[in-house]
Amino acid sequence: MTKATAAIVGSGNIGTDLMFKLLRSDAIELRTVVGIDPDSEGLRLARANGVQAVAEGVDWLLASDDPPQIVFEATSAYAHVRNAPRYREAGIRAVDLTPAARGPFVIPVVNLAEHLDEMNVNMVTCGGQATIPMVHAVARTVPVPYAEIVATVASRSAGPGTRANIDEFTRTTAAAVEVLGGAARGKAIIILNPAEPSLIMRDTIFCQIPDDADHEAIEASIIDIADQVQQYVPGYRLRQRPQFDPAADGRPARVVIFIEVEGAGDYLPPYSGNLDIMTAAATKVGEGIARHITAAVAAGAPADAANGAR
Amino acid sequence: MPYSDELDIRITDSCLRDGSHAKGHQFDEQMVRSVVSGLDSAGVPVIEVTHGDGLGGSSFNYGFSHTDERTLIAAAVEEAKRAKIAALMLPGLGTKDDITAAADLGVSVIRIATHCTEADISIQHFGLARELGLETVGFLMMAHSQAPDVLAGQARIMVDAGCECVYVVDSAGAMILDEVTSRVQALVDEIGSHAQVGFHGHENLALGVANSIHAIRAGATQIDGSTRRFGAGAGNTPCEALAAVCAKLGIRTGIDVLRLFDVAEEIVRPVMDGECALDRMSLIMGYAGVYSSFLRHAFRAAERYGVSGADILLECGERRLVGGQEDEIIDIAVGLANASK
Repeated sequence: MTKATAAIVGSGNIGTDLMFKLLRSDAIELRTVVGIDPDSEGLRLARANGVQAVAEGVDWLLASDDPPQIVFEATSAYAHVRNAPRYREAGIRAVDLTPAARGPFVIPVVNLAEHLDEMNVNMVTCGGQATIPMVHAVARTVPVPYAEIVATVASRSAGPGTRANIDEFTRTTAAAVEVLGGAARGKAIIILNPAEPSLIMRDTIFCQIPDDADHEAIEASIIDIADQVQQYVPGYRLRQRPQFDPAADGRPARVVIFIEVEGAGDYLPPYSGNLDIMTAAATKVGEGIARHITAAVAAGAPADAANGAR
Repeated sequence: MPYSDELDIRITDSCLRDGSHAKGHQFDEQMVRSVVSGLDSAGVPVIEVTHGDGLGGSSFNYGFSHTDERTLIAAAVEEAKRAKIAALMLPGLGTKDDITAAADLGVSVIRIATHCTEADISIQHFGLARELGLETVGFLMMAHSQAPDVLAGQARIMVDAGCECVYVVDSAGAMILDEVTSRVQALVDEIGSHAQVGFHGHENLALGVANSIHAIRAGATQIDGSTRRFGAGAGNTPCEALAAVCAKLGIRTGIDVLRLFDVAEEIVRPVMDGECALDRMSLIMGYAGVYSSFLRHAFRAAERYGVSGADILLECGERRLVGGQEDEIIDIAVGLANASK
């Protein structure tokens, strides 16, 4: 089968973990990893795995005679804001793993099919990728006036970008709980825990539900969606059965869902489920776009048109 | 070095913030007005008013507020004649928007809290707070869990970001006398030339006042308490006792001690659901190093799932939970219930 060509921009932890996942893909041909430091661990690993390693940054990629069809942005929100229009102008699809939010939010299990023609899609946040599928599972069953997610990650797996912009996490995740999760109002909380050995990412999802909600239907929906997420994030698990509490003391009726996300350990340690779910979801989204492009080409559309309007 | 020309230390009363935990976040405007007015009349210089978990804390995870904290803060600002009104915020839960809103409501002191190893998540918030002209205080929570030099390094991050006073926060009420001294001393050594050092104590091992005196002797110039101990766990350092002990020791607090005794008895106590008790659950928190606000949550989860509250709290300590992980309490209770089937 024909593969779509791709590059990763950003050779840090996320970019490197993503590289190992894309190297196994049957829909994407990863050609290039772009960084800025030729001696970086990420570029060294790219070379060692037969991937072209470029230290001249995005300028090199855009000046290339044969640019990739898809680029995965694993730099920073700041860099992606600058890069996004340039990719678009060059007709390159962007899967954005930063919080820049230049394109629509995508969570594979919720809305991947809706955005296969977009030139730029955004992967929300790690907490969003982990929790919003569960909000969606409840909200597709009963109305959810309010949903709240609590993401707890190991201190070691929260990088400097997350730490410097922690408000972006809470704001972006809360917005996506509404837009993608389907809750009328969303709230997000992130907690860093320094315990050693580092703990696996854990998330708790609270959804307000009607007093007479069908608990069995909600639980079945949750299990179904968890199974679907597990297909692209193998370490995604429900920790307990969902807990249903009736309204009491001014608190509305709710369901509480507990999950954990153990990383695949491709490059990052398994406790970094928060990073693994980002790279796994980005791979899934990239593959969806790749199949869409190659199918369009196979159906006779000119390559440029299939790759988006210039 | 004293706090100022007039005061050796400055006391901040937290019964309208930490007490929110004990009250299940059910304060109404009238309660806030009467307590602020009472504390103000006794010369308490700073009064903190916020949801127990800080700005934006009203939630499933921590408990919904009876009355919007912004309404409560506005009432407190209106009521206070001399006292400054402070608000607490935790990055990861609240955002910079909450700080701006609090400043607009007339809050003059913003207290920004992180777990004591995660100070770098507060950098932007201190920056904004200073831009807004707010007085800034940093909270290093669960300070018992880290060595003095680690805390000092974290305090340095906050001060470099614009924090004017860093508190050693004994969230679990687990620190014992010399442990307070060594931590406060380490912070004074690291940041003393640029910023003040504070101490926030809990009563889970009955050491609130004694620990506070140790902190003062080690150089702390800001001390937290809650009148009538009204706070999480076994409660906070009782302000009225602290003020009395300070008076006896010749430490100037600016507080009218006898007036505060009256306020504690006649104004604060009637607002409380019950006294903050040094009971088995509270003792376990101090002994096992568990975040004090977990108390009510553990109590409720124990009832809901028919398991032992003490066992829940011990497991919280075992899992080394940090502030904010109230959701884990449900997970633990479900696990205990499943194990006993």
